[in-house]
Amino acid sequence: MTTQAAGGRDFISNLGRIYKLYTLSFLGAVIVLAVLEQLGMPPAWIGYAFVAITIGVYAAIGIISRTAEVSEYYVAGRKVPALYNGMATAADWMSAASFIGMAGSLYLLGYNGLAFILGWTGGFVLVATLIAPFLRKFGAYTIPDFFSFRYGGKVARGLAIMVLMSCSFTYVVAQIVGTGLIGARLLNMDYVVAVYVGLVGILVCSMLGGMRAVTWTQVAQYIVLILAYLFPVVILSAQKYGIPIPQLTYGDVLSQIAAKEAALRAAGDVIVPAVGYINPGFGNPALSGAALWVEYVNYFGLILCLMVGTASLPHVLMRFFTTPSVREARKSVGWSLFFISILYFTAPAYAAFAKMEVYNNVVGQNLTALFTADNLSWIRSYGRVGLIQICGVDATTLEAVRTACARVMQHTGDVASFNPVIQLRHFGIQADAIVISTPEIAGLPYVIAGLVAAGGLAAALSTADGLLLAMANALSHDVYYKMIDQNASTEKRLVVARILLIVVAIAAAYVASFRPADIVAMVAWAFSLAAAGFFPALILGVWWKKATTQGAIWGLIAGFGITLYYLVSTRYFAPAFYETWKGLSIATTAQFQAYEAAKAAYAAAATPANWAVLDRTAQVVANWWGVRGISSGVFGLPLGFLVIIVVSKFTKEPSQEMQNFIDEIRRPRGAVVMQEKESGAISH
Amino acid sequence: MSQNKPEDRAQKPDDVGYWNATRNLTFTAVGIWAFFSFFVHFFAPSLNGISIPILKFPLGYYMAAQGSLIAFLVLIFWFCNKQEQIDRDFGVDED
Repeated sequence: MTTQAAGGRDFISNLGRIYKLYTLSFLGAVIVLAVLEQLGMPPAWIGYAFVAITIGVYAAIGIISRTAEVSEYYVAGRKVPALYNGMATAADWMSAASFIGMAGSLYLLGYNGLAFILGWTGGFVLVATLIAPFLRKFGAYTIPDFFSFRYGGKVARGLAIMVLMSCSFTYVVAQIVGTGLIGARLLNMDYVVAVYVGLVGILVCSMLGGMRAVTWTQVAQYIVLILAYLFPVVILSAQKYGIPIPQLTYGDVLSQIAAKEAALRAAGDVIVPAVGYINPGFGNPALSGAALWVEYVNYFGLILCLMVGTASLPHVLMRFFTTPSVREARKSVGWSLFFISILYFTAPAYAAFAKMEVYNNVVGQNLTALFTADNLSWIRSYGRVGLIQICGVDATTLEAVRTACARVMQHTGDVASFNPVIQLRHFGIQADAIVISTPEIAGLPYVIAGLVAAGGLAAALSTADGLLLAMANALSHDVYYKMIDQNASTEKRLVVARILLIVVAIAAAYVASFRPADIVAMVAWAFSLAAAGFFPALILGVWWKKATTQGAIWGLIAGFGITLYYLVSTRYFAPAFYETWKGLSIATTAQFQAYEAAKAAYAAAATPANWAVLDRTAQVVANWWGVRGISSGVFGLPLGFLVIIVVSKFTKEPSQEMQNFIDEIRRPRGAVVMQEKESGAISH
Repeated sequence: MSQNKPEDRAQKPDDVGYWNATRNLTFTAVGIWAFFSFFVHFFAPSLNGISIPILKFPLGYYMAAQGSLIAFLVLIFWFCNKQEQIDRDFGVDED
């Protein structure tokens, strides 16, 4: 690898060799650290070595890929081959939540959790067929570019920037929180220190080389994250089944879980989810009427919102601006899904193996065994950091848990000798614990936990890079260059782009340093907001020539507005929302009664404690037709389409010139449309 | 490329034919997408009664965990090939 050449012709033609060498070097480093661990290197050093090595490599790629060209900075010079763009998109797409949290959600939710697997993969079909080829042919640098061109000017551009910022900022904060948590839980670093290490890791990748640097680091990060994700569970599968293909062996585990759950249920224990691990909530024979409807609408509504949100998130779509051709843009969507699927195929295996471990080795054990058995050391390790609870308290020490269990089980005798049998209902595990505890469950050395930490960091950093670039580019290209100073020189544009990148990154890290639980919860909002705000105008912009500027503007405002209203008011103004929309609410009679009781209590005494109860009970009943906030795009999406179509019918149809340009966008052959505009071929 | 000026090209009949072919292919792909995203999963409770031989997956769970993903992957690459064929047939493919 010669310096200055990343992104150059030599570099592109040698990509296969370069990344093969990189992968082998990384595996070599893992082996060296494994040997050093056996020779007595302390675990903390191994963890730090992983962080230092991987971030060092990403930084090196970032520095080699520095650029002074605008098109390199914004779209990597449009020469990223389909396969590598697929890998970069996979890393860009899979966040800390996919890497650390997904398997845990599947563990906790059973079949219903598969909505995330389906939702986060199926959207790529929409990207490949409806969106990516046309955006690539259009030749934009950013999504707001497309809105501005197609829907004539600053209002559309400004609205697009607003939607982009609102779905990306909370998302990037969550990634930086993710780096902090990985550092704190797996590497025993201080949370805030880990947050700022993450910030450095993000900036070194993106600042000097923009999209070009981010692309080549994301490829490197994909390789680390996928190796780290596969390794522990492949070993676990080989230990239990002699076949190192967890994606196939967990089928048998699922049948065992189903059998075990039948036995537990017969013994009177409570199963979570109640319908059983492999069955959908809407398949529960005990449900009917409104309760059944709530299960259906939230499962399928969530799939729809996640899919359409995937196809609308700017940090994903902008990756398809970087391919050399329209044909490669389509293909690279297929490769993206391929590389993403490797992880998503594996996540349910993690969940099933963990479920089996709990059913076989935890449930029915006595308490003392959980704190002494060698094969259960993972309970102590992750109980200590608050990821595992027994009898409702963190599993830190035997004494603390024993006291809690005596209370929960109403044990009246001597507490010190109390040694109850632990049932499923007494054992709680946080979603985040599933992936990070698997190396220890499999009895692997610490070096593998370090590898998993490096993988989680790679997932968080690569997504943060993409998001940060999407936001900083919107500010530097759309706000500064297009709206403030159209005559800015190339040097000035790139200086502004870098300054804005640093400002946004520091702001995100600063917010993340407070561990904002609310903001992390808001990440789920991004999909519905992007789906409702962007999707209708993007699709109709290409697929319906008669969609007008007024239509798109009002459609975006209506779709995004109603979704934001629903999300914010059902979460933060639940009592007021419920009182306004009483007639549309779906909940059980008990839930309505709980709310009315809390309301009466608050009316009698307006204390903060009563308000908290009122707010909590109101959040349960504050809904339209039982739809949860995470699926709120089911309102905004159709409304957005409807408003665009109706308003377009009543406004003057787009000029013939614009309609001809839409024809141009639809044809793969020929130069990109946007550049023709920039060179003065058209004005409007 | 002068022949690509929008004024010259917009009204040519092969543009209409090209877009019709593209649109039909796209709608077919979106239909298959909807089938594997939503339709098949409505039957998950009954599909779970079927166990995949040897691997022992309950079929309903399998379709949401792996089956649909495989369908999406095959669908995208099939779509790419078909679309490239259409691009060539109508002479609008890239060099």
